[in-house]
Amino acid sequence: MSKITFPRMGESYRTFKMFLEDLGNEVVVPPRPSKRTLDLGIRYTPEFACFPLKILMGTYLETIEMGIDTIVTSGGVGPCRAGEYAMLHHKLLSDLGYKVKMIVIEPPRLHPFNFYKSVRALNKARISIKGIIAHVKRAWRKLQALDNLEKLSHIVRPREINRGNTTKVYRKALEWIDQAYTTEQIVEAESTALEALNSIPQDANRNVLKVGIVGEIYVLLEPASNLEIEETLGNLGVEVEKSMFLTGWTRDNSWNETSEGITVKEAASPYLPELIGGHGRDSIGHTVLYAKRGFDGIIQLAPFTCIPEIVARTILTKVSKDYNIPVLTFFLDEQTGKAGMNTRLEAFVDLLKRKKQFQSGIESFTC
Amino acid sequence: MKAYLGIDVGSVSINVVILDETGAVLTGLYLRTQGRPIEVIQEGLKQTAGLLPADLEIAGVGTTGSGRYLAGVMVGADVIKNEITAHAVAASMLIPDVQTVLEIGGQDSKIIILREGIVTDFAMNTVCAAGTGSFLDQQASRLNIPIDQFGALALRSETPVRVAGRCTVFAESDMIHKQQMGHKVEDIIKGLCQALVRNYLNNVGKGKEILPPVMFQGGVAANVGIRAAFEEALGMPIQIPEHFGIMGAIGAAQLAREEVALTGKTRFKGLKIMGLPYRTGNFDCDGCPNVCEIVEIYEGEKVIGRWGSRCNKWDIVENS
Repeated sequence: MSKITFPRMGESYRTFKMFLEDLGNEVVVPPRPSKRTLDLGIRYTPEFACFPLKILMGTYLETIEMGIDTIVTSGGVGPCRAGEYAMLHHKLLSDLGYKVKMIVIEPPRLHPFNFYKSVRALNKARISIKGIIAHVKRAWRKLQALDNLEKLSHIVRPREINRGNTTKVYRKALEWIDQAYTTEQIVEAESTALEALNSIPQDANRNVLKVGIVGEIYVLLEPASNLEIEETLGNLGVEVEKSMFLTGWTRDNSWNETSEGITVKEAASPYLPELIGGHGRDSIGHTVLYAKRGFDGIIQLAPFTCIPEIVARTILTKVSKDYNIPVLTFFLDEQTGKAGMNTRLEAFVDLLKRKKQFQSGIESFTC
Repeated sequence: MKAYLGIDVGSVSINVVILDETGAVLTGLYLRTQGRPIEVIQEGLKQTAGLLPADLEIAGVGTTGSGRYLAGVMVGADVIKNEITAHAVAASMLIPDVQTVLEIGGQDSKIIILREGIVTDFAMNTVCAAGTGSFLDQQASRLNIPIDQFGALALRSETPVRVAGRCTVFAESDMIHKQQMGHKVEDIIKGLCQALVRNYLNNVGKGKEILPPVMFQGGVAANVGIRAAFEEALGMPIQIPEHFGIMGAIGAAQLAREEVALTGKTRFKGLKIMGLPYRTGNFDCDGCPNVCEIVEIYEGEKVIGRWGSRCNKWDIVENS
């Protein structure tokens, strides 16, 4: 029987595994991107390609070793080269002599026929349309549960009394959601998980900084690609809010754009009225929205050589001045060192703390 | 008398500073790291101890620089701070209304923007080390000119040549090309100074509002050629503090002073540590495919610090 894999982005693999298995596929879960993944990836990709191409290439080669012959991945919206990566990966892999089948899921709103064909190819168990919809709904619920859990962990971590507690509970709780199958089980696992996180001893009086993270979706969602920036910030006493989650993104591009998506667009329009591909415009819009919501600072994450984010970065200088909100940008690739990143993050957090102390007259931050 | 110790462990130099209670510099040392930070830190403390009056009590210690964690666990630091904060603090001690700090060290360069004494923005070189101390060192020795005369030579030039400054490798081949064409050494050096300043302002200083007073610190501030090129490019005077090479350590000492004022006690292990045996060891963790390289530092037989892992598996629980 054929074995299938897919790109790994954070914890979402738990949902995709369940869904693909429901459709009758034998699934190989892609291993968490590691140094080895990267080594493999950069060996066979052009140096100037962006980080996601390199990591995914490594993931595909690792899963080929594990016996896969089919890869399911997503296409893209707008002028960003990531939309062509499926074809490029396919070509690179066949140049290396690997015969793998590539199933590319394009957004149904733009390519309904292609979407239908891809779903049919994945439907090994020949499930009825009604059955598929039920599976999609359940998978969606699981994805939401995973996202909700992650969001709460960003709030609890900077307030925890014993350092490392949140990460430990979060890892355990992820497994509960992973094990849940029916909708009732998922809902139950979710509420137990949220409760477990909430019952971590916290210091409610701690002055916590709030930082919004904007940027390109892949480096935002896969912690291995951004050197676990959220955990690092949480440990520095910073509450993090990510501008993008898979549940948010998939919705924006699958059906009608949500009101949330439109506000981001509106917020960005004085600075950038065009879609320039990738998430350039979202980075600007989200920065404006975070500033309006009173966040202390913004961190922009982008793969090295990502054009939309380079454009956004240049514009963010102006947004930063207009809204008096500090912005720190990281361009990530295999050359990025954790030490250098930590130095900049620490300095950025110091900057935000002193700024806040100065503005609000708060005595001190206990962290 | 109470005093505060600041240690800046950088790629090229290690600086050890003692501040008195008013923040004035009592002693300041600039030693070359020479790839052996532990020994040089101990040597620095030994030399410092020799310069201090007997009744001096070290009431707080701060460390900074890329080796701040190493130095921090060795001495028992009260505060371990990144270089940016340390430099900004030191600069505002000297000029309280400083608005721009240019800092060029051995392998990194940074710009810090302050408004009303608060850091509002900063940048550090990311993908390129062109124009930092190491490169100037290397060029000086290639031209067989002592590094302390390198900058002065640039001032003698009247017709600087244009040198490509974006990348050290290209800068060097461009300089060799100009030299083989017959240009004078001082013109090439001045061209290099201008190129490095251009590179710094375009890369590190990109998009930043550089307002006076401007302070220039870090080891490279010793180079009068670079200083002149900055003044020319910015069209404003640049101030170089007396202790420009050890500002990071001064900032760390000052931060320790602030920290101890809050906590009321120091964690400093005492000057005895300069005689203790320290050694480091390393191993590859095989817990996952990341194969992190873990470094351990031992004081005698006891592990006092461990780093290099991406997860917290090897973290040491602090013994307070």
